[in-house]
Amino acid sequence: MNIVVCVKQVPDTWAEKKLSPDDKTVDRVGVDGVMNELDEYAVEEALRIKEALSAQGGGGEVTVLTMGPDKSVETIRKALSMGADKAVHLVDPALHGSDALATSYALSKALGTIEHDLVILGVESTDARMSVLPAMLAERLGASQLTFARKVEVGTGTVKIERQTDSGYDVVEAPIPAVVSVVEKINEPRYPSFKGIMAAKKKPLTTLTLADAGIEADNVGFAGSGTEVTDFAARPPKQAGQIVKDEGDGGSKLADFLAQQKFI
Amino acid sequence: MDFRLSDEHEALRKTVEEFAREVVAPVAEHHDRTEEFPYDVVRQMGEMGLFGLPFPEDYGGMGGDFLALCLAIEELARADSSVAITLEGAVGLGSMPIYRFGSEQQKREWLPQLCRGEALAAFGLTEPGGGTDAGNPRTRAVLDGDEWVINGSKAFITNAGTDLTRLVTVLCRTGERADGRPELTSVLVPVPREGFRASRKYSKVGWHASDTRELVLEDCRVPAESVLGDRGRGYAQFLSTLDEGRVAISALAVGLAQACVDESVRYSREREAFGAPIGSYQGVAFRIADMQLRTHVARLAYYDAAARMAAGAPFKREAAMAKLYSSTIAVDNARDATQVFGGYGFMNEYPVARHWRDAKILEIGEGTSEVQRLLIARSLGLPV
Repeated sequence: MNIVVCVKQVPDTWAEKKLSPDDKTVDRVGVDGVMNELDEYAVEEALRIKEALSAQGGGGEVTVLTMGPDKSVETIRKALSMGADKAVHLVDPALHGSDALATSYALSKALGTIEHDLVILGVESTDARMSVLPAMLAERLGASQLTFARKVEVGTGTVKIERQTDSGYDVVEAPIPAVVSVVEKINEPRYPSFKGIMAAKKKPLTTLTLADAGIEADNVGFAGSGTEVTDFAARPPKQAGQIVKDEGDGGSKLADFLAQQKFI
Repeated sequence: MDFRLSDEHEALRKTVEEFAREVVAPVAEHHDRTEEFPYDVVRQMGEMGLFGLPFPEDYGGMGGDFLALCLAIEELARADSSVAITLEGAVGLGSMPIYRFGSEQQKREWLPQLCRGEALAAFGLTEPGGGTDAGNPRTRAVLDGDEWVINGSKAFITNAGTDLTRLVTVLCRTGERADGRPELTSVLVPVPREGFRASRKYSKVGWHASDTRELVLEDCRVPAESVLGDRGRGYAQFLSTLDEGRVAISALAVGLAQACVDESVRYSREREAFGAPIGSYQGVAFRIADMQLRTHVARLAYYDAAARMAAGAPFKREAAMAKLYSSTIAVDNARDATQVFGGYGFMNEYPVARHWRDAKILEIGEGTSEVQRLLIARSLGLPV
């Protein structure tokens, strides 16, 4: 079974995130980039599936796919050092400014160049937090859509997941090819070993431009996006809290406050 | 000349930094308070291959070098010195002598399990009667047929009494040399073993989660082939082990010094006094700037020593200078960080208080600051 894991480089979780005032996109230049945390779970799950299948004598490869500027290669290296076999980097200045719709189109075209049965990705990225890409990608690929997976089981020609819901989980099964998005409950991602880091250097990395992937320039970037950021503002500073003094009526004051906020 | 790390070393540093932040730091205060050995952390370090960093893949290692080990130690020490010294003791003092001086059979037997972190080895050098005077041990090993019989005691031995400890290399007096000085031999003692006893843990000022014990050997018997390398080579072996170990301790000290900077920066940006963050006052800001300066210089000193070691160049003086300087500034930074924190710096639940307690030993262990000065002075040709 061949698995493609889509990963994204995002600004460091610990860094202050900013939008660039020029074109209203996420400022990726001034901050350290890291692999989107949820994508680490996706890489881990792909590796576990591959390892389990190979223990039963099955074959297949795990390929990492990323779309992003040159710097994203750091994130590719991390996935390779965790144990992925090879990587594809879709990089082209014309992709800058792509929204989820345009990104799903570009990734679906790039996926057309890679043999795959399963596409795994994190349920959302920590920068944009749209959580729509897995569904869009499945639609574009004409593949089964299995989202919010907290457990994945690969059968013969099918994939079964436990889909995380607010009240518990649903069991969903669908035929391959499929797009699976994972939540952080699914596993504990491994830390790359130094051997893995050294090996990552020698693993194949293919770079694709728009032309290589057969992507039409009009469908990506700002022009190809269905949404537009028209304005943005910094998050307002935290308001000072309200202190309730208990003079025998603390309980009812708290209840009033909660009622005011429509919590009760 | 380029002082930046290679991509691979930087990737390793980042990985261990992440591990230290996510896995080690959250439980550091707990282990410091309870003085429990961090078995769960050690297990995960083993899975990451940290115990095999500087050894060839052929022996179960990661195929890295000594700098890789130092970077891991530095990053761990930013979170918890006890965890960092557990790695340093296990690899630098436990496994390294086996790799450097052991027979092929000894390497095959011990290194794979040590590299996985499933077994820990310790190095029994210091004795209750003397630390710096290590070339004159009282512990004796006498050949009785095809067995060595060991009697004596060792003091302050790291990793000597954990549930994972499987091997202690013991420096023994095995006879007299022609010049009247003792013949010293390193003997491998697989443990647990009859006649070998690790006494209860010391009550230490710092390094609470590190396992440090006194060892007692009473008619402890091991096969004659348990000699590490050649008989009579013990003195040279431990001197060379300590030279390398000094670079690793320097890395540990740099990690602690950096942790003091990190904590001080964070706190002085948040903590307000007289209507402004304390970091806006020069008295605090300049103090932290000096802490960063010292940390940077100490890091360059150990990078230099490690680079010389990797290149096969002499590095004894550079190792002594790196160890002396970084341990001195680690103590300075810990003192200054607690001062930045004021009263909270004296509270054990704050990491800076732990760093302050953990720092002092760095000026003592693996050769005191006085020993380092002696080595530097002698390397300059001074008749001291």
